[in-house]
Amino acid sequence: MNNRTQTSIKTAEPGSTRLVATLSFAGLLSGLIIVSVYEATLPTIAAYKAKVLQEAVFRVLPGTTSLQRLVYREGRLTTVKKIEKGEESIFGGYGADGNLVGYAIPGSGPGFQDTIRLLYGYLPKERKVIGMEILESRETPGLGDKIYKDAAFVASFDDLPIDPEIVAVKKGSKSAANEIDAITGATISSKAVVRIINQTNERWYPRLNLSNDIDSVK
Amino acid sequence: MTQKKQDAYHEFIKGLWRDNPVFVQVLGMCPMLAVTNSAVNALAMGGATFFVLVTSSFLVSSLKRWIPKQVRISTYIIIIATFVTVTDFTLEALVPGIHKELGAFIPLIVANCMILGRQEAFASRHSVRLAVVDALGMASGFMFALFSLGAVREILGEGALFGFKLFGENFEPWVIMILPPGGFLTLGLLLLFFNWLKERKDNLIQRLDDMEVKAR
Repeated sequence: MNNRTQTSIKTAEPGSTRLVATLSFAGLLSGLIIVSVYEATLPTIAAYKAKVLQEAVFRVLPGTTSLQRLVYREGRLTTVKKIEKGEESIFGGYGADGNLVGYAIPGSGPGFQDTIRLLYGYLPKERKVIGMEILESRETPGLGDKIYKDAAFVASFDDLPIDPEIVAVKKGSKSAANEIDAITGATISSKAVVRIINQTNERWYPRLNLSNDIDSVK
Repeated sequence: MTQKKQDAYHEFIKGLWRDNPVFVQVLGMCPMLAVTNSAVNALAMGGATFFVLVTSSFLVSSLKRWIPKQVRISTYIIIIATFVTVTDFTLEALVPGIHKELGAFIPLIVANCMILGRQEAFASRHSVRLAVVDALGMASGFMFALFSLGAVREILGEGALFGFKLFGENFEPWVIMILPPGGFLTLGLLLLFFNWLKERKDNLIQRLDDMEVKAR
């Protein structure tokens, strides 16, 4: 049977219409399958991404029970229904009593290999970082990835004043409140995290300070 | 029937051991070196490749009658790419953590020459049954190879297997093993080991043959 199939392919030289038809049919079928799988998995994927972000906000702002997305427009922070493309947004975290706990601010910048995206919890009145979480990074496994795997490094952001800015120093030589110990073997990645927070904060601090009436938004 | 069973067994074992795609044919090196920095990643990559290879072989073998010879390679690639994309979305929805770790290497399964090689060399010339058995064997062989590499690298580089710490607190991880050079190093040593095994076996067979000749 095998032989017969082979000879029939060999003897009948197919015309170009048949070749085009075969490939178009294959392409069409493939497209249909891909689109339906995409449509079927999209809600799960989108929900997961939203969940990850939300959980990160709750982690960097301890004591938060609800949150709200905020943007900076016309000189103040407001809640909007739809965020414009390219517009930066932050999260306001609120406690059980409805009062503002703090802000969760996303920032990103170049790391050692690729862009690092992170989120940090910030108290504008105390000028203090109260938590940091790496959302996305492709740092070297075993070295740079300690910026989220090394518990001690992550914990050093739990109560860290940005005053006037954070400084990463060599491990063990921390002497001031605004200094953190860099990770041995991952100095560039540690400094990148610090730089991203400093830069993001420089941009957001004046905006947060001006909007003292934010507590009434909720 | 027994002959048929024997054939199938032979095709399966061939991929798993004798013609192992990695250790003997040295195919599919890109994912082999890139994502074997932990046992879990290696198994996930092996699983994804397994699914793509088996389904593609099945489809190619069942459709071989209708695929004109002139466009066969493009058709195989379309079939493979479709299954790879399906795997990509499915993994992202079901196990997002592992999907993130594997990153760009899932779409790159399309370019794994082992898969296209099996379609061209085997699935397009044999019955559906044998094609699937062959694919199962090759895919298991690939997975076994990925896992060997991933396990060795994770044990040496992190002191752990599947994330469980194996050694005490004093173990200093050999970080180079989970970095790219460690992949090359481990692969080289494993290839050496498997070639040594093969040589030893060949020598043994040779000696047995000699003894047989002498006995006569």
